[in-house]
Amino acid sequence: MTQSRKFSWFVFSSPQSFYPLAGAMQPWFAALAFVLCAVGLYISFFVAPTDAQQGESYRIIFIHVPAAWMSMFLYLVMGFWSGVGLVLNTRLSSMVATALAPTGALFTFVALWTGALWGKPTWGTWWVWDARLTSELILLFLYIGFMALQAAIDDQRRADKAGAVLALVGVINIPIIYFSVQWWSTLHQGASVSMKSAPTMAATMLLGMLIMALGFWMYSIAATLARVRCVILERERHTDWVALEIGKQA
Amino acid sequence: MNWGSWQNFLHMGGYGLYIWGSYAVTLIVLVAEIVALVARRRGVIERLEKYYLARRSNNETKA
Repeated sequence: MTQSRKFSWFVFSSPQSFYPLAGAMQPWFAALAFVLCAVGLYISFFVAPTDAQQGESYRIIFIHVPAAWMSMFLYLVMGFWSGVGLVLNTRLSSMVATALAPTGALFTFVALWTGALWGKPTWGTWWVWDARLTSELILLFLYIGFMALQAAIDDQRRADKAGAVLALVGVINIPIIYFSVQWWSTLHQGASVSMKSAPTMAATMLLGMLIMALGFWMYSIAATLARVRCVILERERHTDWVALEIGKQA
Repeated sequence: MNWGSWQNFLHMGGYGLYIWGSYAVTLIVLVAEIVALVARRRGVIERLEKYYLARRSNNETKA
């Protein structure tokens, strides 16, 4: 009995205690996202210099690379919580995975769209079926497949399990995207930022890109928290606390 | 980076269409997600209010 009196972080694995916590954190992440994106955009357009090779067209990098990073990172987070939900049968883990998918799909679309608009002036084509672009397109289909599969199964627990298996199998695609520019010959340039060597770009360009990436990251957290609150209310509607919560809203 | 004039800023050294096409679509998609999230929360609350109302009146008729 003493065990249960002690505070434990596992308390937040219950939807009932996570719901108000998510609600309290959400505005802070949203505000951070707004400020970081504003600063990032300022640096992108008014501080970073013109690129010697690409002229102004390179300025797409400030949303293209952060969006591509988020598309892969959010998939890994979705895969992680899917796996936790599958193994430990914790409902909240599956709800978080469900809530992550649309935002992940959104950033995948943004990465593909901005990539096409960057490819046209620099490569002369909107699209090529090379390893980097194709594997990123597969990532978009994985997100959409995950959402469609979960929506198609009525039994919530089975939907969670089926979605988790799909998400986990799809994780294999992430290293394929990341290393595709090394493993296959491709039009796409190699990584501009790596752990092993100094960045190959001007300091202010790098700074703008990193701040935009942080802004997108905070945005993703804010959007996911807002969505998971909706998912919690929907799925836990049979509980007394949700009935009370809805009563408060009315 | 000093652009000098609005024209230069919008022109982006000839890449205006590509750059503003990227930034505009990104902004539209993000704003659309925020609007969808607000609408979803309203929708959930509205639907659940009806759900509890129906459940309560069902219980009353049973009793």
